[in-house]
Order: sequence, then structure tokens, then C-alpha cells
Amino acid sequence: MTFKPISFTLNGSSKAAFATEGQNLLDFLRRAVGDLSPKYGCGQGTCGACTVMIDNVPQLACLVLAESVEGRAVNTAAGLANGPRLDPLQEAFMERFAAQCGYCTAGMLVAARALLDANPRPSREEVIEGISGNLCRCTGYEPIIDAILDVAEGRVQA
Amino acid sequence: MAVQVQTHSSLIAAQQALGQGGTYLAGGTLVMRGVNAGEVQGVIVRATDPELRRIASTSEGVRIGAGSTMADILASRDLDFLHPVARAIGGPQVRAMATVGGNLFAPHPYGDFTVALIALGARAVLVQGGPRPVEELMRVRARPPLVAAIDVMRPRDMRAFGWLKVSRIKPKGVSVLSIAALLVREGGRVRGARIAFGAMGAHPLRSAGAERALEGQALDATSIARAAQAACLGLEPPTDALASSWYRREVAGVHLRRLLEQMA
Repeated sequence: MTFKPISFTLNGSSKAAFATEGQNLLDFLRRAVGDLSPKYGCGQGTCGACTVMIDNVPQLACLVLAESVEGRAVNTAAGLANGPRLDPLQEAFMERFAAQCGYCTAGMLVAARALLDANPRPSREEVIEGISGNLCRCTGYEPIIDAILDVAEGRVQA
Repeated sequence: MAVQVQTHSSLIAAQQALGQGGTYLAGGTLVMRGVNAGEVQGVIVRATDPELRRIASTSEGVRIGAGSTMADILASRDLDFLHPVARAIGGPQVRAMATVGGNLFAPHPYGDFTVALIALGARAVLVQGGPRPVEELMRVRARPPLVAAIDVMRPRDMRAFGWLKVSRIKPKGVSVLSIAALLVREGGRVRGARIAFGAMGAHPLRSAGAERALEGQALDATSIARAAQAACLGLEPPTDALASSWYRREVAGVHLRRLLEQMA
């Protein structure tokens, strides 16, 4: 088995680890780097549980070749909080009970953060579209949509 | 058999590497699925050529680098006529990854962007060889050439281009079918009608029956009804988890009629 050294930035910190040939970014982050926040759901790009930001663009880590992040900036749900201070989205998800089993939550939070970074005041329809790449089988989506709108409309702040 | 990844800085080098066999990796939304499932093995070739994501206006329209993503399309003002099409593909993450070049060779029921390219008469710029109409590439999908870019003409009249995608899940869903139509009118009559379907065959294809029904006609209730009736002539839509062949045949004409009524 061939290993390739990968240097990149994870949540603002420099990281270096070895990826196996053909390894996807999700597997690399979880096994080689130790960031367990992106989740393995489908491995097909359907569920969005593995959503991470690469150079500030939300992507599906299970479909990204690990070696393609060489020199790039990766952000995961683990990097949303600033020490003990949670991201407003995390606060709002708790307030709205937007996480039930919690499996989709990390990917949902990253997708929501990407949406609000690009569009700080989205409409309800834009929120629905913004999380359309993420599946949740528990909540029926409404608490998640409400939580994101709470942050967008300033009802929850850091 | 393990996967071996080759990364090349130029498309020419990638083409040469593919000459020895292997799979080309573009945005990853389809090939990485195969890698994860162990279905794609052996050599994987990728290219980092910056030209791949270049979108530029030309004297004849717009040249879209084959590695441009659906998000790149949405960010381009020159390609506003293709925004509804790009927006209908996947969720935000998929749109940030899925490429125009990869869409050309996506298996059924994917390939909605290609449906629009076929209707618009787009041409593929190959790394080796001259440009070829996108619809011709559909016939060589088993052994596809490496595509560098797509040349597409902007419709002179935006109302001449129509697009519709039918899916069971909103806003993100795989196509039951998709339709793109380019209906240029001269003196009130349709000239050179181009109507393409997605998910109505093994790959995106044109509806010769609907095009014949509209050619030289005014776009009115009579010609629209004829086109809807002829929509599936010669087509053999597949059955999959989303819809049966029978269902696709039944609804294709209905959706074509609705699209044409919007364009009339």
C-alpha cells in the first residue's frame, strides 16, 4: 500500500498526515487526522453527513480525494466553536432541539454556516435550498430551518 | 487491485496517461463513489490544469472549461441562461463539485446539464481532435475522449430557450425526466427546433418526433399538442427506482406540453 504525505490546514491549524492511495477525505480526516466530526453516512454523496468546507466552499468529504486538499484549508464542525464559545448556529440548534439522533448535525451545521457566510439574511426558501444536500431522518427539518433563521434574523447571537 | 492516482499539471499529459488505460477523475461525484465501493480500481488520472475551470466569452458564445463546476456556472454572468439548469443539479455541495465535463458522461438518470447543452447545440473541445457536437459524444460514452471545454452559444432571444426538470423530491431530487428546448422563431414560425430529453434513454438525447412536429409551425395549441403526442417516438425510456419506462412515456408528453406552453 502506498502512502502519500498531505499537508493542509484544518480549522486554522497546520496538519500533516499520510493518506493511502485513493483514500477519500472523510476517511482521511477520521482515521489519519483524528477529526471525528464529519460523519460517514452513505459514502455516495447523497446524505451530506460528511460535509466540510474546503477553501470556504462546502463539499462532500466522502467524494473528495484526500490528496487533493494538499495546501488547502479544510474546516469541519469541530472548528465551529471558539473554545467554550459555541457558534450561534450550535446555540440555535440546541434551543430549537434541531438535533435528535445527531448523526446529520455536524454536516448540517457546516452546510448552514456556509449558507450564512455567503448569504447572512436568507429567506426561508433559501435556507431550505441551502440544506437540500443534507438528509435528516429525525426532525422533519422544521426545527433545523427555524434554528438557521433564528441566527440569520438575529434572535440567537454568539 | 489497489487504486493508483496520477496527477498531471496539463490535460495533454493526462490524455497521454489515459492512453495506457485508467479512469479520469473530474469533480469526484461519480468516480469517487465507485472508488469508495471498490468498483473503480486501477489507475485514476486527474489534471490540475487551470484552463479546466476557465469560463470565457468568445466571438461565438462562451467557452466553458470542462472542469468548471455547477457553482462556477452559477457565478458566471455570461452563462445566466444556464443558471436554472445548474441550479437544478444536486444540493450546494454537489454543485460545488460536479463538473460540466463529468456531466457529459454521467450515467442515467444523471446528466441534466448535458440535456441543455444538446438543446443549445453546444460543441465539445477535445484535448485531441477537432470539436464535436455534444450529442455526438453520447454515442462514444463507453470510451469517452478527454474533453477540455464546451463551446455554447447564448440564445439570441432568451425566450427561445426553455428548461424543465421533473423530480419527486424538492428542491433536490434526481430526474424522473428533464427537458430542454431551443425554439428559434422566424416570422412567427419555429426554425431548427431542438428538443432534448434527460432520463428518457441510456443518455441524454433529442426527441426527433417532437422536433418534426414543431418545425416550420407557429408555437400554438395545435403544434404543441402534436409535439406532445410525438415526444416519445423512437425513445425507449429506462425503468429505475424513480419511475418505470411506462410512466416516463405517459408523462413525457404532458411535461413537454407544459414547457412549450410557457415558451409560446
